[in-house]
Amino acid sequence: MTIVHSILLLCIIGVIAGFALYFVAKKFKTDENPLYGEVESMLPGANCGGCGFPGCKKFAQMLVDSPSLEGLNCTAGGSETMNKIGEFLGKSVQKAEMRVAVVKCKGSCDKRPKTVNFEGISSCAFVATQISSDTGCSFGCIGLGDCERACQFGGIKINPETKLPEFDSKICTACGQCAEVCPRHIIELRKTNKKDMKIYVGCSNKDKGAVARKACTAACIGCGKCAKVCANEAITVTDFLAYIDPEKCKLCRKCVEECPTGAIIETNFPPRKKKEETTN
Amino acid sequence: MKTFHIGGIHPKENKLSKGKKIEIAPLPQVVTIPMAQHIGKPANPIVAVGDTVKVGTKIGESSGFVSANIFSSVSGTVEKIDFFPNIAGFKQQMIVIKSDGTDTWEDTIDRTDTIVNNMDFTADEIKAKITEAGIVGMGGATFPLGVKLSPPPGIVIDTLLINGAECEPYLTADHALMLEKAEEICIGVELLKKVLNVSTAKIGIENNKPDAIENMTKTAAKFSGIEVVPLKVKYPQGSEKHLIQALTGREVPSGQLPGSIGCVVSNIATTFAVYEAVEKNKPLFERVVTVTGTALQNPSNLLVRMGTSTADVLAAVGGIPENTAKVISGGPMMGKAIQNLDVPIMKGSSGVLCMTEEEAHRHKESNCIRCGRCVDACPMGLEPYLFYALSKRKMLTELNEHNIRDCFECGSCSFSCPAHKPLLDYIRLGKANVMQMIKKQEAEKAQQQEKK
Repeated sequence: MTIVHSILLLCIIGVIAGFALYFVAKKFKTDENPLYGEVESMLPGANCGGCGFPGCKKFAQMLVDSPSLEGLNCTAGGSETMNKIGEFLGKSVQKAEMRVAVVKCKGSCDKRPKTVNFEGISSCAFVATQISSDTGCSFGCIGLGDCERACQFGGIKINPETKLPEFDSKICTACGQCAEVCPRHIIELRKTNKKDMKIYVGCSNKDKGAVARKACTAACIGCGKCAKVCANEAITVTDFLAYIDPEKCKLCRKCVEECPTGAIIETNFPPRKKKEETTN
Repeated sequence: MKTFHIGGIHPKENKLSKGKKIEIAPLPQVVTIPMAQHIGKPANPIVAVGDTVKVGTKIGESSGFVSANIFSSVSGTVEKIDFFPNIAGFKQQMIVIKSDGTDTWEDTIDRTDTIVNNMDFTADEIKAKITEAGIVGMGGATFPLGVKLSPPPGIVIDTLLINGAECEPYLTADHALMLEKAEEICIGVELLKKVLNVSTAKIGIENNKPDAIENMTKTAAKFSGIEVVPLKVKYPQGSEKHLIQALTGREVPSGQLPGSIGCVVSNIATTFAVYEAVEKNKPLFERVVTVTGTALQNPSNLLVRMGTSTADVLAAVGGIPENTAKVISGGPMMGKAIQNLDVPIMKGSSGVLCMTEEEAHRHKESNCIRCGRCVDACPMGLEPYLFYALSKRKMLTELNEHNIRDCFECGSCSFSCPAHKPLLDYIRLGKANVMQMIKKQEAEKAQQQEKK
């Protein structure tokens, strides 16, 4: 008999709750701009935060609400997505700069020998906060893959031989998650072009040249040769470390040849024939 | 027998250098003296390259309230003032002094062995001498003693506790001091009592050192108001908070210092340094270090000058054994593995421990079986398994809510884990992240207030 009572009681509560919910839903109905949902469905839905907003929904609201699309860019979707949304909303889209993540370190295992036999947990942040470094360099990549785990697009792989991360430029959306988790702050979102040709200094060591060189044979020793050879004044040397300004760099590749330690990295350039200049 | 109430473990004691006399280590040719040998601000160097210094010459000036003076430990010339990696591998300012071999001491230091028991100083004079001599807690935490002895207004200190627990396995430095320098230690206690204006002091000693208990009790009987209390052997009894609980039954509230419940704790080596500073005018430039390890031929208690490199210290006991995989500064539980043998001995270095491949080996980690042993072992009543999971997932707010900052990294959880989980590694990572988060939040708050 008890079971019948229980079932009856539950049914009654269910019916009452159903009616209550129905009336509440009617009474407190909010009108959301239907464009929000439509724009959101056009976005990749990765919620990566590369646009600077907490998730795609918020970004969609921003896109609909703001008078122009200036400064708004979906890094994951790229220009294709932005053009589509711009067309849909009838707003002009600014052409966003193409960027990809690069790691400013060339210190592979053969170039930067280990000085400490580290046995702790596989976390770059742990090494950075507890033992500083397991090599002689306390600025370069630790290689335990915090960035690999942070990338939700699967665009980063730690090369088991070099123990350095390799970025797949085709996958990279420049969302900046990897740059944020890197305890050394050596991942830069760097300007690139359609062929993904870029030149950057593959080192972050701010020690004096001799100290840096002792720790790693591919270190930037701050000699300044690259700055001298650069015709565009794109290279500055601060704290024994060169930096190439991507805005000024014309991709002439002179600095790459000049660097005595080979610390400057060029990507996706055609092989050199003679001394010829490739421009953007 | 008295002890603390929650948690604790009993690792194998391995006190290899037990009963060994304190030997004087050979004078080092070069010393590298760090400017940060204490918690707080590093000292400022007050010598220049090329200066001649004597043993006991002040070379680093305390740079703030929580800071300490640094003294030269050899006579010779200053060779370099530069940044070198410390125990943890981070670069810090250090002064390199080349010894001239004459070992000339400052004239003010009394080098004789006679025991001086002069109680004519006022409390302020004693405190000034302690602060001037750069004395810090020599048990490992290296908190400047002068600060400990100056409680903020409103706080009344009623209990002085002397820490002779030496709960870390292998270490016997304090044990050796209690056997050989009992009277000096008791005079040190008297001096501290005078500064704090308390009538009694308790010396807590674990009962795996019956000879030390006997010797200290005998000596303490000559003084009034010094009580020696034997304690049950349990790690981490040497932790300040746990010694207070064991000896007085009081508990230090979360996030506060022992002063808040009227206690001051001083370590045996520190108390001995107080005696030397006040009665002998000798600043802190040498300490007893246990040099030990199962593979070592002659584990010893050495009196070492600060700044002596670890390699020199090991050479003094017959060199580093070939099968050494890890050299640890401090004890095996809370000590840190050092990254190179050039790392100098500092005020807080209580031991140098060589571990063989077999001992230092990390076991393969397996799955947590929810046995709760880490919770049972944690002397702070925390939940290490939870910290592990939260830290792995970067849930920092939750970590903070579960009081991860109360963890003092004793390692009891990792020690007791049957699955060999690196619990402490993750706790340290979590703690570092939580600290960062709090700093960031505070900075943001300050910014907002400025805007207002």
